[in-house]
Order: sequence, then C-alpha cells, then structure tokens
Amino acid sequence: MTSLIIRAKELLENKTVQVVIGYEAGPTGVARPAFITDPAKAESLIYDERCVQNLAVYLTKREVKNIGKMAIVATLPVMRSIMMLISEQQLFADNIVVLGISADGKLLDIADNKVMQGYIEKSDLSNPEKYKGLLTEFNKLSPEEKFLYWQKELSKCIKCYACRQACPMCYCTRCTVEVNQPQWIPVKANTHGNMEWHILRAMHLAGRCISCGECGRACPVGIPCHLLTMHLTDQVYNYFKVYAGTSEKMSSVLSTYEPNDKESFII
Amino acid sequence: MSDFEPKVVAFVCNWCTYAGADLTGTSRIKYASNVKIIRFPCTGRIDFMLLLKAFANGADGIIVSGCHPNDCHYTSGNFHAKRRWIMFKELMDFMGVDMNRVTFSWVSAAEGAKWADVVNTTVTKIRELGPYVSYKELVNKSVEEEVKND
Ligand code: SF4
Ligand code: SF4
Ligand code: SF4
Ligand code: FES
Repeated sequence: MTSLIIRAKELLENKTVQVVIGYEAGPTGVARPAFITDPAKAESLIYDERCVQNLAVYLTKREVKNIGKMAIVATLPVMRSIMMLISEQQLFADNIVVLGISADGKLLDIADNKVMQGYIEKSDLSNPEKYKGLLTEFNKLSPEEKFLYWQKELSKCIKCYACRQACPMCYCTRCTVEVNQPQWIPVKANTHGNMEWHILRAMHLAGRCISCGECGRACPVGIPCHLLTMHLTDQVYNYFKVYAGTSEKMSSVLSTYEPNDKESFII
Repeated sequence: MSDFEPKVVAFVCNWCTYAGADLTGTSRIKYASNVKIIRFPCTGRIDFMLLLKAFANGADGIIVSGCHPNDCHYTSGNFHAKRRWIMFKELMDFMGVDMNRVTFSWVSAAEGAKWADVVNTTVTKIRELGPYVSYKELVNKSVEEEVKND
C-alpha cells in the first residue's frame, strides 16, 4: 500500500512520531506486527486481508509507549479500541496519530479524534457478520445443550491467557486471575475453574468489548471465547442502546447507570 | 427426591434486606429455614464471582437482595448492581447456567413479610427443580481432572 508507506515515512522523517505500528510480512508470508522507527524501513509496511490482528493492544505496552509518539495502522476495531483506551485514561489523544484504513482497505485521512469519531459513528458497530450467524444459531440451543457445549469447549482451555493478552481492553497490570488473596480462579486448568475464568473475563469486558474477535483468534486450542464477549456486546446494545468505543468521553456501561434502567427479573 | 432439602445462600445488603430479615424474625413470621444469609455492606459489593462460588460449594439456589432503587445507603450501589445483574444473567443464560435458581429482589428494612415471601418462593422453586446436579457434576469432574493431571 504505497499511500500508507508514504504517509508513514513522512511522519517518521519529520519526527511527528517516533514509531509506526503496522503490519509486515513475516518470513512465511504471515502478517505480523511491525514497529517501524526508521523511515527507511517504512517500505516493509503492508496492508491486505492477512492483516487482521488488533494492533491497539500494543498502545498500552510500556516497551512501545516508551519509544515516543506513536502512529498506528487502524481499521475500525482498532479505532474503537483507541477510543475506549482514551476514555479509560490509558492513552492520550495527543500521543497518537491514526493511520485509518477503511473497510475496503483504503488509507483514510484521520486528522484528529473528531474526524475519527465521525468515522466510527457512521460505521456499523454491531458484531461482524460472520459472528452474527453463529450467535443466532447458538442462541437457539436449549440451556442444557449450551451448558454442555461450553463444558466441552472450556475443558480444552490450558489457561495460557493468550485471550487476555491479545485484547486491548485487558490492560490491567494485575489481572484478577493473578490475585491470590483471595484466590478467585484456581491456578491449574480444570473445566470448572476455566469456566469461572471465562465468566470473569466476559464480565470485565461487558460494555468494553469492541468485537474485534482477537481473543478467539489468539486461542491456541480454538475456544470461541469471543462469542461470550460478543454476546454481551449484543446485550449491552439491547438494554442500553450503546456500543463501546464511540467517543473519548463515554463511560462504559458497567461503570455508570441510569436510574430508570429496565429489567424484568428483580422481584 | 422427597428428602431433598434445598440449600439456598442469600447475599444481602446490610442496610435494607438484612434489616428486613431481622424484622421478619422479630415479627415472628415463620419462613423456610433453608436459607443461609451472608451480609454485605451494599449490593454494589456483591461480586458476581461470589454467586459462582456459592454454586461451586453446593448451593442449589441463590438469593441476591438489597435496598429498593433510590434507597441505597450509598446512593447508587444498587443501580450499579442492577446493571451488573442484567449482564450476569444474560451471560449465564448464554452459557446454560440455570438462572431459575437465582432470585434477585429488593427488600426494604420495613418489608419483613416480603423477605419471608422471597425466601419461601425461592425454596419452593428449588424444591421443584431439585438439587443442582449438573453444576455439582461439573465441579466434581474438575476435581478428578486435577488429580489426573497431577
Ligand atoms: S480479565 Fe479482567 S482483570 Fe484480567 S486483564 Fe482483563 S479486564 Fe483486567
Ligand atoms: S474481548 Fe475479544 S473481541 Fe472483545 S475487544 Fe477483547 S479481544 Fe476483541
Ligand atoms: S487463549 Fe484459549 S487456552 Fe488460553 S486461556 Fe484463553 S481460552 Fe484458555
Ligand atoms: S446499601 Fe442496600 S443496596 Fe446499597
């Protein structure tokens, strides 16, 4: 993508940013994250259908932040992650340049956060089509079938926490799974403990998940754990009519309330 | 199943439901003795993980209760709790955990009779549903898995 390379080079040359976070092709042709600090190396940046990882996860990593001001190649989920991180005071708008990529893979001109907000607002923020069908099918199962399904899936979990590491919103320096006084989640992997871990993770992402699907992609044993958070994304919209990551001012659904929130099960 | 006695754990806030349950007692209203009450400062403090721990430790049913909206001692703990309960319930339904076994309610310090009612209704319901076998099996299986993996 020449326009992307030219823009990245320019930003590095005139020292607007010190690092460009993007994708490059690895030795086997698989896209991998690239951290470009030298304008001469901007050539290696790529953007095509192989580039699916949500790069926003690196924006809160000290090793990257410490390089200086950052530019990032950002598709819609990445832009929404950036909004979430700013709204949660994990990132400063002044410290970042967004190299927006449209749904059809073109470089967007995102001059500032206002422009980005405008772009996000006119995009479809519901779960991606390929997951919608799965969620609808899954919701048709009986409670017993659902329980068995998750037992089967979660029995495979080896508690590697890749799903957490891959998620831009899981930036806690001390995750609850590492808290041992009290020990909320057993250290060893077993089906029940794994289920508790996934309930905890999904609850922490309720109203914060921006439906990038990265957690599920990161899982080495193929557990569709993104369906849990994406289901809650649907429910957050259903009850509260909001999607996460739409403005830098928003508070996530579970950190705020409306006195007249509606439910039908409290007696 | 006739000798099945439901185990019900109630997570209640100190300022309304706990006081309400006290009133049930001082008013000499009789109600099912299957419930074990655990007192919290506020519904806002009742972590959803605690409900899971109750099931894991053998509860067949759970009650979560606090001050009516606008009556929370800390102004908004129950409003936050309400949103959390909504999300928790939806997630549990999605994972097939039986939310018919969990009663959410608002019981004020003046509602001694309502507390008796909430407990009785829950216990009757759990009696019909029977012990939470599938959850207990999951927990037991997990203990075996740990032994096997050691
Ligand atoms: S699972 Fe929860 S505690 Fe752990 S990193 Fe994610 S949000 Fe933080
Ligand atoms: S929970 Fe999964 S789908 Fe949601 S933002 Fe995190 S990585 Fe993306
Ligand atoms: S990435 Fe997969 S195996 Fe690893 S902790 Fe998450 S669900 Fe479990
Ligand atoms: S003190 Fe009772 S709900 Fe907050």
